[in-house]
Amino acid sequence: MSPRALRRYVLIAFAVLLALMPQLPVPEFWITQANYIGLYTLVALGLVLLTGVAGLTSFGQAAFVGLGAYTAAYLTVTYGVSPWLTVWIGLGVTALAALVLAWVTLRMSGHYLPLATIAWGLSLYYLLGNIDALGKYDGLLGIPALKFFGIELNTGRSYFYLLWTLVLCATIALTHLLDSRAGRALRAVKGGTTMAEAMGVNTFRTKVTAFVLAALLASVSGWLFAHFQRTVNPSPFGLNMGIEYLFMAVVGGVGHVWGALVGASAVQILKDQLQVWLPKLMGTSGNYEMIVFGILLVLVLQYARDGIWAFVESRLPRVHRKVDWVDAPALASRPRPPHGEVVLDVNAVRKEFGGLVAVNDVSFQVKAGEILGLIGPNGAGKSTTFNLVTGVLPATRGEVRLMGQRIDGLPSREIARRGVSRTFQHVKMIAGMTVLENVALGAHLRGHRGFPSALLRLDRAEERSLMREAEAQLVRIGMGASIHELAGNLALGPQRLMEIARALCADPTLLLLDEPAAGLRHKEKQGLADVLRQLRSEGLSILLVEHDMDLVMGLVDRVVVMEFGTKLIEGTPDVVQASPAVRAAYLGTEH
Amino acid sequence: MDASIVGILMLDGATNGAVYALLALAIVLVFAVTRVIFIPQGEFVAYGALTLALLQLGRVPGTVWLLVVLALLAAVLDAVQRARRGVPLAQVIVAALKSLAIPALIVGVTLWAAPLKLPLVVQSLLTLAIVTPLGPLVYRLAYEKLADATVLVLLIVSVGVHFALTGLGLVFFGAEGFRNPSFWDARFSAGALSLSGQTIIIFLVSIALIVALYLFFERTLRGKALRATAVNRLGARLMGISTSGAGHLSFGLAAFIGALSGLLIGPATTMFYDSGFLIGLKGFVAAIFGGLASYPAAALGAIFVGLLESFGSFWASAFKEVIVFTVIIPVLLWRSFQHGHDDEEE
Repeated sequence: MSPRALRRYVLIAFAVLLALMPQLPVPEFWITQANYIGLYTLVALGLVLLTGVAGLTSFGQAAFVGLGAYTAAYLTVTYGVSPWLTVWIGLGVTALAALVLAWVTLRMSGHYLPLATIAWGLSLYYLLGNIDALGKYDGLLGIPALKFFGIELNTGRSYFYLLWTLVLCATIALTHLLDSRAGRALRAVKGGTTMAEAMGVNTFRTKVTAFVLAALLASVSGWLFAHFQRTVNPSPFGLNMGIEYLFMAVVGGVGHVWGALVGASAVQILKDQLQVWLPKLMGTSGNYEMIVFGILLVLVLQYARDGIWAFVESRLPRVHRKVDWVDAPALASRPRPPHGEVVLDVNAVRKEFGGLVAVNDVSFQVKAGEILGLIGPNGAGKSTTFNLVTGVLPATRGEVRLMGQRIDGLPSREIARRGVSRTFQHVKMIAGMTVLENVALGAHLRGHRGFPSALLRLDRAEERSLMREAEAQLVRIGMGASIHELAGNLALGPQRLMEIARALCADPTLLLLDEPAAGLRHKEKQGLADVLRQLRSEGLSILLVEHDMDLVMGLVDRVVVMEFGTKLIEGTPDVVQASPAVRAAYLGTEH
Repeated sequence: MDASIVGILMLDGATNGAVYALLALAIVLVFAVTRVIFIPQGEFVAYGALTLALLQLGRVPGTVWLLVVLALLAAVLDAVQRARRGVPLAQVIVAALKSLAIPALIVGVTLWAAPLKLPLVVQSLLTLAIVTPLGPLVYRLAYEKLADATVLVLLIVSVGVHFALTGLGLVFFGAEGFRNPSFWDARFSAGALSLSGQTIIIFLVSIALIVALYLFFERTLRGKALRATAVNRLGARLMGISTSGAGHLSFGLAAFIGALSGLLIGPATTMFYDSGFLIGLKGFVAAIFGGLASYPAAALGAIFVGLLESFGSFWASAFKEVIVFTVIIPVLLWRSFQHGHDDEEE
C-alpha cells in the first residue's frame, strides 16, 4: 500500500471510529471528555496556524472563545435570536476585535502581538465579569440547546456529531490551506519578512489574515461551548485558559495540523487526572495542575520542541507530492523589452547609515539582454546597492527607474510585481518545505488564489500551473532530480541554485543574483554560467554580484566596480581587468 | 471632584507608579540583555511580600524550600555538564558544593531566624536574600538551554514559568491574603493631602534604586558588560563577556527588584499568591511605552499607568483593570506610527 493510501485509510478509520463512539456503550464521562477535546482542538488549530506556521503567537485565544460564547448566549437568552444566526454575528464581532488587535500590533516586531493579546485577554475577562447585562461573574444561564433539522442536540451524544464534524472539517481545511499558494506565503512569513516581500507576498496582510482566521476558529468553538454547556461565565475565558490553549498546541506539535488534536487530547486527559490526584496529594483543593503544566511546557520546549505529533510524523513514511501538473496550462508570461533597451537605470543613489555613507551617489544602467557584473572588495556596498534596487532599504537620495518608471520608495513586493526578482547572499528559504514548493513561492505573483479558495480546495487548477512552472525552472537549473527533497536537507550549492529557480519562477524582466556561485562546485558553476547565458539570450537582464572572477569575467557584458560605497570604474571585462585602480582596490598599492 | 481628591488620586497613582517603574526597569533590563519577555516578574513581587508575611508569623516560608530544590537541580545539571566535558570528578564535586554554599547558608539562617520573630527590617533583608537567588536559578533551569532560541519561544517559556511559579505560590502561601505591617507608621498632612511614612519610603527607595542602577550601568565594569550584551550578544561574547553570566546577573537584579517591590507595596494592599501577576503586567504596560528598550520612557509610562489606575478606580472602580490593560492598544498604535517597521529577522 502506498504511503498516501495508508494515510487516507487511517484518516477514514479514525472518522469511522469517531462516528461509532456515541453508539457504543462508552461511559458518558468519556463522551463529555471527547466533546471538550473537540472544542479545544478547534482553538488549538488556530494556534498551530499562528504559532507553528506563521511564527506569531497569542495568549488571548480564550478571549475570542469567550466573545463567540457570550455573543451566542446573550442574543439567544435575551432576544431569542436563532443560534444559527448568532454564530455569524459572533464571527463578525470576533473578526472585528481580531482585526483591530492585529492591525495595531503586527506592523511592529513579533513580540508585541502576544503582549497585546495578554492585555486583551485580561481586559475582556474583567469586562465580562463587570457588565450587568451579561450577569457579571455569574454569567448567563438557560442557553437553549441547538436544534438541527428538528433534532434537539441536548445530550453529549447528540452534540458529539455536530462538534466533531466541524472539528474534522476544520482540520482538513487547514491541511489544505498549508498546501496552497496562501499557505506557502504564510510559511514564508515565519522566517522574517524580507524574503516573503521579495516574492511579492504582502506579509502584513498575510499575518493579519492568519490572526483573524485563528480568532474565528476560537469564536466557533465558543459558540459550540455556549450551546453545549447551556451556561456561560467569564472563568473559562480568562488568561489562564488562553495559556492552556497554547500549551495544548505546543505539546501536540505546533508545526503540525494534527498536533492540535493530539495536544488537546493529551492536555485534557492529563488535566483531569491531575485534578483528581493533586488535591489528594496536597490535602486541599486548588489549581495545582498549573505547576505541572508550567514545568511541562518548559521541558517540552527544551527537549522536544516539535511536540508529540513530530514523533508520529517522523515514523510515518513520507508522502511525495503527486505529480499531477504535467498537462497543466502554462502561466501567462510577461512581454520582454526589446534587446538593448535600458531596463534598470540607477541614478546617483545614496544610502547613509547615520554618519556612514554605504552607497555614495552610484549610477549605472542595465540593458535588456545584458549581464552586468557588480564587483568590489568586501564592504564595498554591493549588497546595500542590491537592497536599494529591490526596495529592502529606502535610499537616502537618488532615483531608481525600471523601464522608465521610478521604483525607489516602493515596497519590495511592488518592485517584485514590476518584474524584479532576486536571490539572497545568505540563502533565505523555508527549510521544512520541499524544493518544489519553495520554488513555487517564486511564482506567488503569477497566481491569485487566496485563503478562502485554499481552505475550500478550489485552487487546484491554478496550483497545478504553479507547480508546472516550478518544476520547469528546476529542470532548467539542473535540479529536476531533487524536487521532492526537503529544502533544508540540501547542501549550500543546490540551495543557491534553488533560489535562482525560485527567482526565475517570477518570470522577471530583471534578475538580481547576490553571489550565486558561492558554495558551488566547478561543474555546478559551469552549469550556472550556461543557464545565465541562455537566459540572456532570451532577453532577460541580469545584475550579478559575485566574487568568483573567472566566472564574472567570462560571463558578463560589462562590469561596475565599487569600493567604499563609490563607483570606481565601469567597462567591459577587459578594460576593468587592465585598470590599475581596480588592482589597487583589490590588492592594495605598492608604496 | 475637587482639588483635594485630585491631589489624593495623584499621590496614590504616583506611589503605585513608582513601584511599577521599578518593575518596568527590571523588565526592560531582562529583555535587553537576554531577549526574554519576563512575564513572571510579578511572581517575585508576590513571593517577596508573602515570604515576609510568613516570617512575620514566625513560620518558615516555602520559598526557602523552592530555593533548596532549584539550587540542587541547578547543581546537578551543572555537575553533569562539567563531567561530560571531561572535568575531573573532584573538581566537579567542589564546584557543585561551592554553588550550594550560599543557598545552604540562606536556608540555615532562615530556619534559625524564622521562629525568633526578629525585627521587621531584619526579616525584610532575609526576604530579599531568599527571593533574589531564585532569579538566576530560574534563568539557569528554564532559559539558559534556550538562550539562542527566538523571542517567541522564550516568551512561551516565560508563560510556563509564570504558571509554575503561581501554582507554587499557592502551595507555599495558601489561598488567603496577607497584609504586611508598615515600615514607618508616621503620617504627615499637608492640607487635604495626607502622606504616610510608607509612601515616603516607597518614593525614597524607588529613587535610590533608580540612581543605584544608573551608577551600576554607567560606572561599573559589570554594568557596562550588561549594556554591551544588550547591544550585541555575539560582540559581547567576543570581548570575553559571558552572556550566560549576564543572563544570571540580569535575572538576579529582576528578582531583587521584584522582591523589593513586594516589600514596598505589601503594607498598602492585601497580597494573594496570584496578586503579583497583575502588578507585573502593569509594569509591562509601562515598559511597552518605551518599546521594551528605553528606561526613561518606561519609568514615565509607569507613572502614567499608576495615575490612570488611581483615577480609573475613582471613576469606574469595577473597570479599572479593563482601563489599564486597554490603554496598551493606543500605546501600541502610537508606537507603530512612530517607528513603523522595526521587524527583526529570526
